[in-house]
Amino acid sequence: MALVALIVVGVSIAGALALRAFRENVMFYFDPSKVAAGQVKQGQRFRLGGMVVKGSVQRQAGSLDVKFTVTDFAHTVPVSYDKVLPDLFKEGAGVVALGRLDAHGTFVADEVLAKHDEKYMPPEVARSLKQGQAAAAAASATEAPH
Amino acid sequence: MNWTWFHRLGSPPHFFRIAGRMIPWFAWPAALAAIAGLVGGLGLAPPDYQQGEGYRIIYVHVPAAVLSTMAYAVMASAAGVGLIWRMNVAHAVAASCAAVGAWFTLVALATGSLWGRPMWGTYWAWDPRLTSELVLLFLYLGYLGLRGAIDDTARADRASAVLALVGVVNLPIIHYSVDWWNSLHQGHTLLKFGKASMPPSMLVPLLLMMLAFVLYFAAILLVRARGEVLRRERNASWIGAAIGER
Repeated sequence: MALVALIVVGVSIAGALALRAFRENVMFYFDPSKVAAGQVKQGQRFRLGGMVVKGSVQRQAGSLDVKFTVTDFAHTVPVSYDKVLPDLFKEGAGVVALGRLDAHGTFVADEVLAKHDEKYMPPEVARSLKQGQAAAAAASATEAPH
Repeated sequence: MNWTWFHRLGSPPHFFRIAGRMIPWFAWPAALAAIAGLVGGLGLAPPDYQQGEGYRIIYVHVPAAVLSTMAYAVMASAAGVGLIWRMNVAHAVAASCAAVGAWFTLVALATGSLWGRPMWGTYWAWDPRLTSELVLLFLYLGYLGLRGAIDDTARADRASAVLALVGVVNLPIIHYSVDWWNSLHQGHTLLKFGKASMPPSMLVPLLLMMLAFVLYFAAILLVRARGEVLRRERNASWIGAAIGER
């Protein structure tokens, strides 16, 4: 009994300490605020994660080159990429890009992964939700001048 | 509180008999729940607005992942009981969990990988959730390896029980990895405060599949634990009578 209790307590303490120490290191990606705060050295390869800003995706005609902006709703980072994007990549959705910052502060990605959220719903529901939101936005826009 | 039922379970012949009687009560409902869950999940549930038909892999991926950690919790609990009360049958149960748990882990990792390629754009990433699940697989394999390396059953039981208990620290890490750290893996759809982020048409088949996996695990664990008890008690006199019974 004492042995088991000792093992469990000891391992829990060791685990908690290890987790505290590793908390930052196991971050799979940095968000734009961390990049803005200068937590990444220039030229260092890291992962950048956040939302693709709506309307920011610019495709170069005749090539795969694409530019977009990633945000965490506090700061933004411009990203450039020249390979095929995953199917779930779209404006307003989450991405995780691997690459490095260039001299102009643009994140040059050599891999872009799409991050999907935990919500699941049928397409009809998503459509009607979107329409509902659009209607609500339109209503608040027309009310605004009053 | 009356604990005689618990102490009686520690008796190998009693456990062997009770376990044998319980197997069909888990196995048949498991089959029914799996059929209902698969029909509901692969046939009746609507496609997802983002992932289309591809999301249906959750009907295997999520139950396998849940069971990979649940089997570990059962294994560690049984190992702890075996250590504390020196209960041979509990060690037999713990030893019977490992291979099943390892398979659940492998299925969760493999289906997740096949899902990750079309959705995320990669088969594998060193994401906290994926990495901690891989550590779980290594814990299972380490447990099996340790048991296999020690010939004396009683020593193998004690050593592997300590390893199983130490590995428990990985379970909360797997569960909370998507909350504690930025991860590529999605957050919790089911286990969180408030409503599940899924309509009932998708959720009910998923819960049925999880029920099916839990019942299947219980049934297969009892089958394996009976075999393990037989192996350990191969020289005992009760075995002849117990086998003759059937």
